[in-house]
Amino acid sequence: MQKSGYTPTKTGSSFLVGFFLASRNIRRGNPWTNVLIVFIMVFTFLNLVVVSGILVGLVEGVSQSIGDHFMGDIIISNLKQREYIEQSGFVIGIISAQSDVLGYTPRYISGGTIEPELKKLRKPSELPEKVSALFAGINPEQENAVASLSDLLVEGSYLEPDDYDQVMVGALLLKEYAGFESEAFPVLSDVSVGSKIRITVNGNVRDVVVKGILRSKVDEIDRRVFFVDSQLRGLIGRFDYNVDEIAIRLKEDADPVKVKEAILAGGAGEYAKVQTLQDAEPKFVKDIKNTFAILGAIISSIGLVVASITIFIVIFINAITRRKFIGILKGIGVHSKAIEFAYIIQSMFYALMGTVIGSALVFLVLKPYIDVHPINFPFSDGILVATPEGTLVRIGILFLATLLAGYIPARMVVKQNTLDAILGR
Amino acid sequence: MIKVRDIEKTYESGSLKQTVLKNVNLEINEGEFLAIMGPSGAGKSTLLYQLGLLDHPTNGEIIIDGINTEKLSHDERTNFRLHKLGFVFQDYALLPELTATENVSITLFMQGVPRTQSDEMSAEALTSVGLGSRLHHLPSQLSGGEQQRVSIARAIAHNPKILFADEPTANLDSERSLEIMNIFLKLNKAGQTIIMVTHEPEFAQFTQRTVNLRDGSIVSDIKNATR
Repeated sequence: MQKSGYTPTKTGSSFLVGFFLASRNIRRGNPWTNVLIVFIMVFTFLNLVVVSGILVGLVEGVSQSIGDHFMGDIIISNLKQREYIEQSGFVIGIISAQSDVLGYTPRYISGGTIEPELKKLRKPSELPEKVSALFAGINPEQENAVASLSDLLVEGSYLEPDDYDQVMVGALLLKEYAGFESEAFPVLSDVSVGSKIRITVNGNVRDVVVKGILRSKVDEIDRRVFFVDSQLRGLIGRFDYNVDEIAIRLKEDADPVKVKEAILAGGAGEYAKVQTLQDAEPKFVKDIKNTFAILGAIISSIGLVVASITIFIVIFINAITRRKFIGILKGIGVHSKAIEFAYIIQSMFYALMGTVIGSALVFLVLKPYIDVHPINFPFSDGILVATPEGTLVRIGILFLATLLAGYIPARMVVKQNTLDAILGR
Repeated sequence: MIKVRDIEKTYESGSLKQTVLKNVNLEINEGEFLAIMGPSGAGKSTLLYQLGLLDHPTNGEIIIDGINTEKLSHDERTNFRLHKLGFVFQDYALLPELTATENVSITLFMQGVPRTQSDEMSAEALTSVGLGSRLHHLPSQLSGGEQQRVSIARAIAHNPKILFADEPTANLDSERSLEIMNIFLKLNKAGQTIIMVTHEPEFAQFTQRTVNLRDGSIVSDIKNATR
C-alpha cells in the first residue's frame, strides 16, 4: 500500500481561498445586506464609544468647569490651622517665577450674610430674609484672565477695578435662578441687577448694589458674592495683604504636577497647601466619575452582546442558506479552514467598516461639535470623552466579539456532514 | 485503479435500518469510462458518493491508486478529493457570486497554484469545453448547458485521476445533453477515467462499460460493444 503522495494543504492557501471567497461574497452579494450589517456595526461602535464617553464626560464636564472657572490648573489655599495664606507675597513671588504660569488670581475669602433692602419688607414684624454666603475679593482683571468669570454673567456687567459698593452675586443665592427654596439653602427673592442688598461681613454692614449676576454649574461660584479685592480687604481688615486662595492658570502644554512640585520646591509649602486640579477634586466627584464609567461599560457591554448576536444571526442565516454551497466546496476539496476564514474575514470586514465610519463620526463630527457646544446637563456642561487609547481598546473588543460571532456559526455549518449539505438533507 | 471490496452501506434512523448497498465488488481500470445505471433507489448515487469519498461505507474498503481510502483522516480525504478527484453534479453546483473562471480557479487556489497561473489553467479548461468567450460571466448569466460545462471545466482543471459525474444531463434538454456527453467522450479519449451515474441508456452507450445496480447489488457488468 503506497502513501497518497498529494501535497498537504497549507494554512496560507486556506487563508487566501477564504479571502477570495469573502471578497467575492461581499462584492457580489446583496448590497442591502452589507449596508444593514455595516449600519449595525456603526451603531455598535457608537454605543461602545459615545455612550460611555458621554456618561464619563458628564462628570468630566463638572471637573472641567471647576478648573475653568474656579480652581484653574493649580489651586493654593491656606494650611490647616491657619486662617489664610501667610506670607502670600512670598508665595506669589514663587508663582510669578514659574515660566509655565500663564496667570494667577489671588482671592480674599470671608463668610457673611446678605439680605435684601429693609424697605422691601412687607410688614414691620416680618423678619428679613438672611442668606449666608461666601464673599470673595478679587482683582477683576486677574480673575477674568484665569477664571473667565465674565463668561458666566447672565445679567448685568462685570466688575471694574475701581468699582466700590458694587458686587456680583452667584445665581444660587437668588430665588429667580436657584429654582428652589429650602430651610437648608435659603435664597433671596426679588433681587436683580441694580437692586441694593445689605451685606454683613466681619461685623461690618454695608448696602451694596448688585452689578451682575453669575451663573455657572459650579456651586462654589454660584454661592459667592464677588467684591473688588481692595474693598473686601478693608471690610475684613486684612491689611497685611495675605490672601485666602490663589488660582493659577498654566500654559497649554504645561504639566501641572511639575509646576506644583516647582512651587513646593520654592518653599511655598511652608505657608500654603498647593494642589493640582486633580488633587483638589472632591472625592465624590472621583467616585461619580468611576460610577459613571462602570455604568457606561455595562451599557456598552449590553450593546456589544446585542450586536454580536445580530452578527451571529446574520452570518448563521447566511451560512445556513449557503449550506449546499459550503457542502459543494468541501466536496470539491476546499478545506473547512478556508470556508471558516471566509466567514471570519467577512465579519472582520463589517467590523472594520463599522469602526472606520464610527471613528470618523466620533472624531470628525461628534467630538469637535460637542467640544464647542457642550451638552447642557442640569449640573454640568457635558463633553464627550473619547481618547484614542480608550477607543483602540473598544475597537479591539468589537473585533474580538465580531470574530467570535462570525466564526461560531461558520464552524457550526462547516462541521455538518458534507454529503448531507450537498444533498440538502 | 479503483478496487471496491465488499462494500455495504446502511442508513440508520432510530430503530430503522435500510441497507442501500450490499456486498458491492468492483474494479475500475485507469482510462475507463464507466456508467452506473439502474432504477431509482437502486443505490447508483450512493455508490458514486462512496467511490468519490464523499461518504463512508458501513463495511468494506475502497482502494484508489493503491491507497485504502478508509484509513484516511477527514482532512486527508478532503485533500485526496482536491488533488485526485473531480466532480460534476446534477445541478451544476456553481458558486453564484463567482465568475466562470473563478468557479474553476477555486480548487487550483486551494492547491496553492498562483493566481495568474490558475487563471490561465481555468481559461484553458473553459476553452476546452467551448466556453472561451464566457470566462467572466456569472452563473446567472449562463444557460443550463453552459453552467454544466463550467462545472466540467472545474472538475478537470486540476487534472484529476478520476472524474465523477452524478446524472450530469438530468437537467438539460437532449441537444445540450449530447454536447455534454461529447465533452466526456473527448476527455475519455484523452485518457481521463470517468465514472458517471445516468438514468438514460442512450448516454450509457457513450461509455465503455455499464454497471447495473438493483436493490443495492450489482446485477450486471457489461462491456459496451459500440466503443
